[in-house]
Parts: sequence; C-alpha cells; structure tokens
Amino acid sequence: MTMRPISDDDLHGYVDHQLEPKRLAEVRAYLAEHPEVSAKISSYAEQRERLRAALTPIAEEPLPSRLNLARMIEMQRRPLGIPPWVAVAASVALVLLGGTGGWTLKGASQRPTEGIASLALEAANSFAVYAPDHIRPIELRASDRAELVSWVSQRFGRTVSVPDLSRSGYRFMGGRLVPTAHGPAALYMYDDDHGTRLVMLARPMAIEQNTPMSPLVSGNINGFAWVDHGIGYSLVGQPPGGTLHPLADEARRQIGQST
Amino acid sequence: MSDIERLLEPMIPALRRYSRALLRDQSASDDLVQDCLERAIAHWGQRRTDGNPRAWVFAILQNLFKTRMRRIANRAPDVALEDADESAIAVAAPQVKQLLYKETLGALAKLPEDQRAVLLLVAVEDLSYAEAAKVLGVPIGTVMSRLSRARERLLALTTGEARPDTAQLQLRIVK
Repeated sequence: MTMRPISDDDLHGYVDHQLEPKRLAEVRAYLAEHPEVSAKISSYAEQRERLRAALTPIAEEPLPSRLNLARMIEMQRRPLGIPPWVAVAASVALVLLGGTGGWTLKGASQRPTEGIASLALEAANSFAVYAPDHIRPIELRASDRAELVSWVSQRFGRTVSVPDLSRSGYRFMGGRLVPTAHGPAALYMYDDDHGTRLVMLARPMAIEQNTPMSPLVSGNINGFAWVDHGIGYSLVGQPPGGTLHPLADEARRQIGQST
Repeated sequence: MSDIERLLEPMIPALRRYSRALLRDQSASDDLVQDCLERAIAHWGQRRTDGNPRAWVFAILQNLFKTRMRRIANRAPDVALEDADESAIAVAAPQVKQLLYKETLGALAKLPEDQRAVLLLVAVEDLSYAEAAKVLGVPIGTVMSRLSRARERLLALTTGEARPDTAQLQLRIVK
C-alpha cells in the first residue's frame, strides 16, 4: 500500500505531538530523508520549546487571592446572587399553598393539595430550587440519559421518557429524582442558548388517568400541566405562557407517542 | 469539593498564562481571568457535558478578550503591540536564558493577534487543533493556516530575516 503524501498539517502535528503513532512513524521516515524540511521542523520545535519555557513561569506564580475559586463560588451562591424573581416566586408559592387563589388553574377547581394543581405547584417549587442552582442543578447529565430514565422508571414502575425539545431551541441538560407529598417525581431540566431554563416534572397520579392540558401561573413562573395514562406532567419556566404552550404541546405529543 | 472546583481550579494557571501572553499586562490579564472564572461558574450547568471543559473555558476567555479588544479599538485605534511593555511578561529566568526568552516574547508580540492566539493555544496550552478551532470559532483549516503563518513569521523575526512589513513597504514605494 502506498503511503498518503505528507502534508504541512502533518508536519505541524509532528511539532505539536498530535500525530497518531502510525502517522508519526511515517513523518519520521520522511524527515530522515529530507534534511531541509527536517531542519525547518527542528527550528519550529525549538521555537515551541522556547515559547513554553518563556511563558511557564507565569503559570507557576502563586495565584492572586482575587482568583480564589472557592470564594468566587461562595459569592455566587449567596442569596444576593439569586435573581430576585426566583425568591419572590418561591415565597409566593409557599405563602399561598394553604390559601386560595394563588394558583390559578383555569377550568379546574381542585384544591392545590391534589390533582394536577398540586403537581404544578410541585413543579414550580422544584423550578425555584433547582433552576437557579449553578453548582448542581441536576444530578444525572444528558449524557447519562439512559441511566436517568431507568432510575425513574424503576421507581414509577413505568417508563417516563425524556421529550426532545431541541427543535424549539431547548436542549436537555439532565435530571434528578425529587421528593413531593405524593412520592418521588422525575425532574427533567432544559436550557436554551441564553441560559433560560425549563423544568418538566412527572410523577404517577393517584386518581387522574387522562386530563387535558391546563395553563397555570404562580408569581413569575408559568407552565402547563396534563395527565397522560396516569402520569402527570408539568412543564414550567419563566418564559410567558405563549412561549411555553407550544413546548408543552410538543412534549405531550412525544409522550403520547411513546406510551 | 464540587465538580466546578475540581475541574476549573487546575486550569487557572494556564488561563493566567494565556491571558497575560495576549494582553501583556498583569493586572489587566488577571481581570480577564477573573471575569472568565465568574462566567464559567455562573454558566457551569450549561456547558456541554460531553465536551472538554478546558476548551469551553478557554473559549469564554477568548470571547472576553475579543470584546475587550473591540472596546479598546473603538477608543484608540491601532494600539501598537510592539510598544507594549515587554517586562510585563518577561519574568525572572536564569540570566543566560533571559535574553533568549525576551527575544522570543518580543517576536511573539509582533505577530498579528489571530496568529498569536493560535500559536499560544496549540504550542503552549496544548489544545488539539480541533479544540483551538472551537475556542477561536473558526474552521480547523483556518487554525492550520494561521499556525503555519505564525511559525514562519516568528522564525523570520527571531532569525533576523527580512521582515515582511519592510519588504512590502519598499515594494509600495517603488510602485
């Protein structure tokens, strides 16, 4: 077999130690036979070493205290760093839990302690806790999707697949299991290129089997909830209801197809 | 120790080195690194978890640097890098080598900004060509051609061969 011709890219790859072993051997053989090229490549390699040596001392300096990472993380964790709307939304949700009129669930009259109103409240509370979290908003990442789905499915005795919202600009970040008054719920989180996060909460419903989608509002958190084959779903986030509605429809369509 | 600390903290020395080689000013370059780290912490959950966090963090730094340069360019066009203070990056080294290093860094400063960035990312920070392409937001072919030109130019500058700008200038005058 004839060898692929040696290119400039190969020669730079040689200087930067980025060649596969096989190609490396071929380049070495080539250089052995071409002393002019070899001389130029040696001077590139020498230049590389000189550059590294000249700049290494910077990387060895003690770090200035303003670059203390633990302290920087702590600064962002402080309540001061939480966007005000999250704090407001969380307190509204908590205060109104036992009262009336906090959760406006159009076309339904359940008390917010049961049914999809309760599911929606759980979704909003989970959103308020996990969406602004910079450290660990999710426990299993998108790359562990299979593990996450099997974890959730094992707890529910049912498969709860992850809707794909990427065509609407929201990519799946990952998820976790969260506690609710009605047992464990699956939390799936999404975000878009601007960092806007959405949460979908899903859990088995005690009574409802199939309930049409209802819009809901709590403070600055909007969302939609519905029940499909005994599993309740609620998609919540900060975008206006008009933006969330097609996303919820898309999620429901995909879930409907998979069940 | 959180995920962020475990992955991000070991990168700080390299980020400082890259930033200082670009900006040639210790306090300005540490400002840039601080900005970069704050952003990385705030957006940690949004990085592609299957990707290399190193390339992701360098890309943040690179974008902040570009924004900063644009702002400077708007204020005072054409800041001559040749005039920048070399002592800002020439650090204490054994006497014999110091001169050589100073010459190398002086020549590095004369490279066009795009070429300098590629050379630093690849030759000093050990990013793969694909990672450097991602950090700079250009195709890998552009990385390779910039790298090639950067090396040739740096070699010419350090071996005292004819400097391209002088040659071009003369041609223009003759014409």
